[in-house]
Amino acid sequence: MLLIRRFEEKSAEMYALAKIAGFLHLYIGEEAVAVGAISALRPDDYAISAYRDHGHCLARGSDPNHVMAELFGKETGLCHGKGGSMHLVDAPRRFMGGYAIVGGHIPLATGLAFATKYQKLDLVTVCFFGEGATPTGQAHEALNLAALWKLPVIFICENNRYGMGTPAERAIALYADVAGTARSYGIMAERVDGMDVLAMRDVMRRVIDQVRGGQGPVFLEAMTYRFMGHSMSDPAHGHYRTKEEVDTHRKCDPLLLLKQTMLSNSLGTEADFVQLEREVGEVVAAAVKFADDSPFPTPAALHTDVIRVE
Amino acid sequence: MVLSYREALNQAMSEEMRRDSRVFLIGEEVGYYQGAFKVSKGFVEEFGPQRVVDTPITEAGFTGLAIGAAMAGLHPIVELMTMNFGILALDQIVNNAAKIHYMSGGQLSVPLVIRGPGSAAHQLGAQHSQSLEAWFCHVPGLKVVAPATPHDAKGLLKSAIRDHNPVIFIEAQLLYGTKGDVEDGDYTIPIGLAEVKRNGSDATIVAYSKMLLLALEAADQLSREGIEVEVVDPRTLKPLDMQTIVASVKKTGRLVIVEEGWHFCGLGAQIAESVYAAAFDYLDASILRITGEDVPMPYSRPLEDAAIPNVPRIIDAVKSVYGRQ
Repeated sequence: MLLIRRFEEKSAEMYALAKIAGFLHLYIGEEAVAVGAISALRPDDYAISAYRDHGHCLARGSDPNHVMAELFGKETGLCHGKGGSMHLVDAPRRFMGGYAIVGGHIPLATGLAFATKYQKLDLVTVCFFGEGATPTGQAHEALNLAALWKLPVIFICENNRYGMGTPAERAIALYADVAGTARSYGIMAERVDGMDVLAMRDVMRRVIDQVRGGQGPVFLEAMTYRFMGHSMSDPAHGHYRTKEEVDTHRKCDPLLLLKQTMLSNSLGTEADFVQLEREVGEVVAAAVKFADDSPFPTPAALHTDVIRVE
Repeated sequence: MVLSYREALNQAMSEEMRRDSRVFLIGEEVGYYQGAFKVSKGFVEEFGPQRVVDTPITEAGFTGLAIGAAMAGLHPIVELMTMNFGILALDQIVNNAAKIHYMSGGQLSVPLVIRGPGSAAHQLGAQHSQSLEAWFCHVPGLKVVAPATPHDAKGLLKSAIRDHNPVIFIEAQLLYGTKGDVEDGDYTIPIGLAEVKRNGSDATIVAYSKMLLLALEAADQLSREGIEVEVVDPRTLKPLDMQTIVASVKKTGRLVIVEEGWHFCGLGAQIAESVYAAAFDYLDASILRITGEDVPMPYSRPLEDAAIPNVPRIIDAVKSVYGRQ
């Protein structure tokens, strides 16, 4: 979680320096959802995400050097500079991508799960999306198919209260119970504290075996909050929410919560955290240096990978 | 062996499904109904419902599901009851199937066939009579195939199923019952290879799918008037075999392109541009395009007939480029 936080803070700095361009959607405040959920997966399980995907990719174990290089648009990036912030893919780590059409990757997740069931493998697919995706037609079609065919997929709705600047209560009829969307398809659904990484991990550990065992999909509504703006063009709060609201949620910072829990249970000392900060800082600094030192793709790369040849 | 177009498709799919367990068929009514146009007759009995998957009416959902399954190593065949319904799945086709290989820097691929009938049949109305191949051809990352004969349909469908990329395979309702000689057993026809269906020296017609049959009929009639037309069937629309088309135009000096799709921004415009770039000095006349009219397809029979290319229009066009009018 600390790596994701510091990595993204550094990404914002790099954006200000024009080392990173385009869209950059920060996950700051929501780290516990990805880390808690992904920590319960096996290495060969699939994970797939929407466009706010740095956290999921790093949580899956991707090398920060190659993630940062992708944000820089460099040849050494995960996708050789062809994907960018919103389209990170790390196939060897079964991170099947970030997708930038809201709701459009949810059918892909059901397809990954369909494939593992077809292949008689005991794998699960975990699919992350925001609450803003739940009213899309594609989400509903995917939920219906997943429930109908009892596919081994865990839908994780990251309810950060806002779809860009529109609060859930102005966008979603079932805003007070987004998990109810899935329940209406007969999918087991529950709400979880997405600011508490241990709660996320616990609920995942509880449900993953039943999903793996073929009892059908599960839908988790992780209650979370985005501390930063929607993207870099949006200030930390904006016209659509107040500074006070953001500050209130910052008191539930998932990193602070975990640190307090660890200190009070003697699972770490202040010195440990100082040491951890130093180590993470070195990793992030190295990632920036790696990205900065890496070459841009050559013009010859423009036309490769359009069609798979062979 | 003489087979119908429908039987040729059935053979191609069943042979590939026997050969490769990763191949499965998914779509509306493909199983117990035997396919809306009976293309998958006998499939669910032979392969079972796990590999012949009936879906609810959710094109975006099941097309997206098939793309995800392809990303995980399967080779799905998606049957769209008609290509018109591909519009509902266009986000999945354009934003996911076509782009995932590129966006991932080559890490992921989508070996997938999306097949079904395009173009008009008989009076099906505006929403069920569209030729959308130009839309698909516009998108980098897709291959587009539109065979006209049973032999080509079988060989190209087998190639499409074995391809590592998303292939849009466009059939036609009015072709399903047509018959032709089909090679026995396993054979493939490479994607991207045109075929000269009729030799001639006076003018070239490029036509594909159902329009090929009209072009051949027009060529027969013109032959009786002493005009020998060469008919080129691209068979694959993307990648387009310009080499074969250009070679024919260099020989005849005249070109008519026939397509059922709408005129504006149609595929023929692209073919004409490519021919002008490659063989301008060989042309003895401007290239003519015979296309569908730029209107939603009307229901009424005489209006529908007026909206679709026909043999007399093709004959007139050839005579016009040949200077006989």
